[in-house]
Amino acid sequence: MDDTDRLLLRLLEENCHTPVQDLAVMAELDEQEVRERIRRLEETGVIRTYAAVVDWERAGDGNVAAVIELKVSPERDFGYDRIAERIARFRQVRSLRLMTGVYDLQLLVIGKNMHEIARFVAEQIAPMDRIRETATHIIMKSYKENGSMLAEREEVERLPYSF
Amino acid sequence: MRDFVSARARAIPPSGIRRFFDIAQTMEDVISLGVGEPDFCTPWNVCEAGIYSIEQGSTAYTSNKGTPQLRGAISRYLDARFDLRYDPEDEIIVTCGVSEAADIAIRAVVDPGDEVLVAEPCYVSYSPCVMLAGGVPVPVPCTAQDEFRVTADALLERITPRTKALVINFPNNPTGGVLRRSDCEAIADVVVDHDLLLISDEVYAELTYDGRHVAPATIPELWERTVTLNGFSKAFAMTGWRIGYLCAPPEIAAAALKIHQYVALCAPVMGQVAAYEALRNGEEEKNAMVREYRLRRNLLVDGLNAIGLACHLPKGAFYAFPSVEGTGMSDLEFAEALLREQHVAVVPGSVLGGPGHVRCAYAVSREQLKTALARMEEFVNGLKY
Repeated sequence: MDDTDRLLLRLLEENCHTPVQDLAVMAELDEQEVRERIRRLEETGVIRTYAAVVDWERAGDGNVAAVIELKVSPERDFGYDRIAERIARFRQVRSLRLMTGVYDLQLLVIGKNMHEIARFVAEQIAPMDRIRETATHIIMKSYKENGSMLAEREEVERLPYSF
Repeated sequence: MRDFVSARARAIPPSGIRRFFDIAQTMEDVISLGVGEPDFCTPWNVCEAGIYSIEQGSTAYTSNKGTPQLRGAISRYLDARFDLRYDPEDEIIVTCGVSEAADIAIRAVVDPGDEVLVAEPCYVSYSPCVMLAGGVPVPVPCTAQDEFRVTADALLERITPRTKALVINFPNNPTGGVLRRSDCEAIADVVVDHDLLLISDEVYAELTYDGRHVAPATIPELWERTVTLNGFSKAFAMTGWRIGYLCAPPEIAAAALKIHQYVALCAPVMGQVAAYEALRNGEEEKNAMVREYRLRRNLLVDGLNAIGLACHLPKGAFYAFPSVEGTGMSDLEFAEALLREQHVAVVPGSVLGGPGHVRCAYAVSREQLKTALARMEEFVNGLKY
């Protein structure tokens, strides 16, 4: 893993459809080496998958998202890992993180509506052993996701020519 | 009624791209590679500093020279970044952009009849400023064969007993050419031998992609006869804030300050506050922008050469300067036809003293660059039939 690998990763993260030829030109490498490096990054699991970033709201899908905080009693020998592993397996859980601070695990959960999320928390998560407390926060509006501002802003007018 | 326009104002030629503006205005989907400014917004922490200064009611004049904080920060920055030593007390003046700095530097040293060498191609303002000061601009060509660097031979050919100063602009707008240390030393020999003053516009210094920018004033015998100009517009994406600066030995700085205080009084205070923040906390964002420019440069230059528009690899600034001679058209014809047919705006090199080439700025997104290249390819292919 070197700076060139990191550059390729950054470019692929931005757009995984970037042609190898363009990657080679930008990174100042030949195409063969770019292919070779990407293959290595895939094999070693640095590149997990190639996925689209979807704005589901724009797709007409009225999903509801919630951040759920969990207080968890850790297990001897395993800490938080085993319980986290189980929670992560639910389809509804989009991301899961162990946090410092007043609670332990933080989940991002997506559901069709509030009712579905409420049921998921009440029936699946809250009753699990070792879950001491849950707090559910419905996301009302996203302003920025994955480093991109979401609000459509008017293009700033620039002069077509300037010296 | 008399014609009130002065002879000097009349002598300045009109802008060479007026009619390009008019054509572009009639189109909806122009992709412009014709801009001379970053497409990035000013880093937000810098904007916040500007907003905060207004909220605090800091809206008054500053010292003519600029705030002591900003001058101090500029002095430390130039030392750390380029090994340039200037005393913030009497060797640095904060100006309304580098445009004003160039004007007051030239007016501080040029007397009527003085000849001023101007290394071309270059930014458009130096020769008109020389003319407004009553001087005579003498273009010194920099060619593609020399990677657009200014050579001692080209200077020597044009020096006369009336030559007083030399204006250079590296990394160069529009060619992207840069000077190596050996180039600066060769210039130093000529400048010292003929007792000239060097005015060096280094506003693109931070946009240097291979190796480090060499500031001419770091050549020991040049410091006392160099005026260094720089600013925040290009490095920190701050064109609209209008903050530049002039650095010079105290006698020249004092003369320039007299002119500055009557034409500008001081640079805008909110811009000065923002610029101070840019120097304190702008390094990372600046580096990210430079990295992005480098990727775009590689894409653009590769694409231009693939189309058949021969282009050297620019080592600085954010311009590629391909030759259009292979198309059989002049640069003005090429730029106009490309705009009319494919709605891509480029600046014809002859308005910048570099005929036979066009200036393509890569201060647009990679996506737009790719689209512009595809359109240019279609245009150039269309010419062959």
